[in-house]
Amino acid sequence: MKQKIVIFAGTGAILAALPLVLNAYWIDVLNNIGIYAILALSLNLIVGHTGLFNLGHAAFYAVGAYTAAILNTTCHIPVLWLLPVCGFTAGLFALLVARPIIHLRGDYLCIVTIGVGEIVRIALINDVFGITGGANGIFGVSRPSVFGFALRTPLQFFYLIWIFAGVTVILFHLLEYSRVGRALNYLREDEVAAEGSGINTARYKLIAFVLGAAWAGMAGNIYAAKMSIISPESFSFWESVLMFSIVILGGSGSIPGVLIGAFLITGLPEIFRQFASARMLIFGAAMVAMMIFRTQGLLPAGPRKYRLPPLASEGDKA
Amino acid sequence: MSLLQLKRITKNFGGLCAVSGISCNLENGSVTGLIGPNGAGKTTVFNLITGIYRPDEGEILFDGHSLLKLRTHQIVARGIARTFQTIRLFQNLSVLENVLAGCHCRMSSGVLGSMLHLPGQRREERKALGKALEALSLVGLRSQAEQLSKNLSYGNQRLIEIARALATEPRVLILDEPAGGMNEQETLDLITLIGRIRGLGITVLLIEHDMTLVMRVCEHIIVMEYGRKIAEGPPDEIKRDPKVIEAYLGAEDEY
Repeated sequence: MKQKIVIFAGTGAILAALPLVLNAYWIDVLNNIGIYAILALSLNLIVGHTGLFNLGHAAFYAVGAYTAAILNTTCHIPVLWLLPVCGFTAGLFALLVARPIIHLRGDYLCIVTIGVGEIVRIALINDVFGITGGANGIFGVSRPSVFGFALRTPLQFFYLIWIFAGVTVILFHLLEYSRVGRALNYLREDEVAAEGSGINTARYKLIAFVLGAAWAGMAGNIYAAKMSIISPESFSFWESVLMFSIVILGGSGSIPGVLIGAFLITGLPEIFRQFASARMLIFGAAMVAMMIFRTQGLLPAGPRKYRLPPLASEGDKA
Repeated sequence: MSLLQLKRITKNFGGLCAVSGISCNLENGSVTGLIGPNGAGKTTVFNLITGIYRPDEGEILFDGHSLLKLRTHQIVARGIARTFQTIRLFQNLSVLENVLAGCHCRMSSGVLGSMLHLPGQRREERKALGKALEALSLVGLRSQAEQLSKNLSYGNQRLIEIARALATEPRVLILDEPAGGMNEQETLDLITLIGRIRGLGITVLLIEHDMTLVMRVCEHIIVMEYGRKIAEGPPDEIKRDPKVIEAYLGAEDEY
């Protein structure tokens, strides 16, 4: 436990100091990595912890981003105040969508989530209810402000995004060490045994979906605030694929793994930008190699440790 | 009144009648054995009690209340826990976490409490940890608590399942072939363990093919064949019952 706090604090300190040596371009790259990290952490609840394949996570991200953009541009509510609202709408959307499909297994669920992702994207393009602005999207989302201090530069957003990512890491870590977090893992391991041990499997699948979606919705809010323009193309199937790859490549169910995955998948293509089109080839080849040689991901989740009272030697056979 | 009552339970799978008109009563605090040749419908009876299947006809009463409309986890919460014939552990989790799964239905913290580790959640978590360790001590696996469950021997994996079921604080414990895959010594230990579980006031219902175990631990035996109950009574009577002997050994005049 102490060791984990040290690693967390150390990583946080290094990240906080990075802007000192980076220019605005690279800070913006780090901002993108941060948003993907939050998204992938939220997807990790669904895919990594609960074992439900979801390739439509961008839909929830989009619902959050559009909630922020629509309410901000029409009602002029400060965008960061909308953070819980975006979480709520994305969570509610997930609840409505997931309720009828949650009993589907593995690949079937996966296909349905792809469908949901596409429906949302196409609905946005078609200007559903006349409020999404069609293919052009919505522009003019006002700058967020924290305690009256407006955020404009990449550096200011850097702190907003990474503080949110840090809080996410802490909350999700605590969740892992709880009744709810364990219940999600039992589901992933053996659904029949979980139900037979007294776990309401349908309910916990929904909890995973709704909580993961709500967090993606909040990431959407931050994205809308950062970009000030959002359009359907930012929430394409490819975004869902990226988030999914981050989770699988980094290590399903492992918070440090997902963070590293976010750095590699969103960061590496930037570093190799000079190789132009070849970079995606290298990127793809690296992913293929990973899946052959290290299927559990870069930093797989280790077993949880509990503080146990020392062993009493009597009354316990070897 | 009996703790668990099955009343003329019938279950068909397509044209196959797996269980046909089974009735029986489990007395509080008793150990009952359910035996019969392979395919007699014993495990189906377990699956009907625990809500995995719904009976086509009949009624199941637990402590006077019907279980028919309840889902499996609700039945566990009412106080009926089970183990599986083919071991179903959470392979990649530790032995302790497997047993903590059983504590789940006696805990109540929600998503928010879990994410923030509120004081109530911490108290509950400590209590659950203590209870899980207690269940592990009872089956004799306390020292293996932090191992991954898949790394334990087959016999010990069966014991983890029993510990997990005990952690749900059951009133009825249903064991599906608990001695399957165990060696002689492990079976003897299991007999002692079932005695201790009974000593805790838990009613036990078990399916077993190992007749020494059945005859030693059960005070009441129900024999099934082709989905029907063919005999019921104390072990001594069952051993002499001609219908049971016929079911197991074939009729004398067959050849």
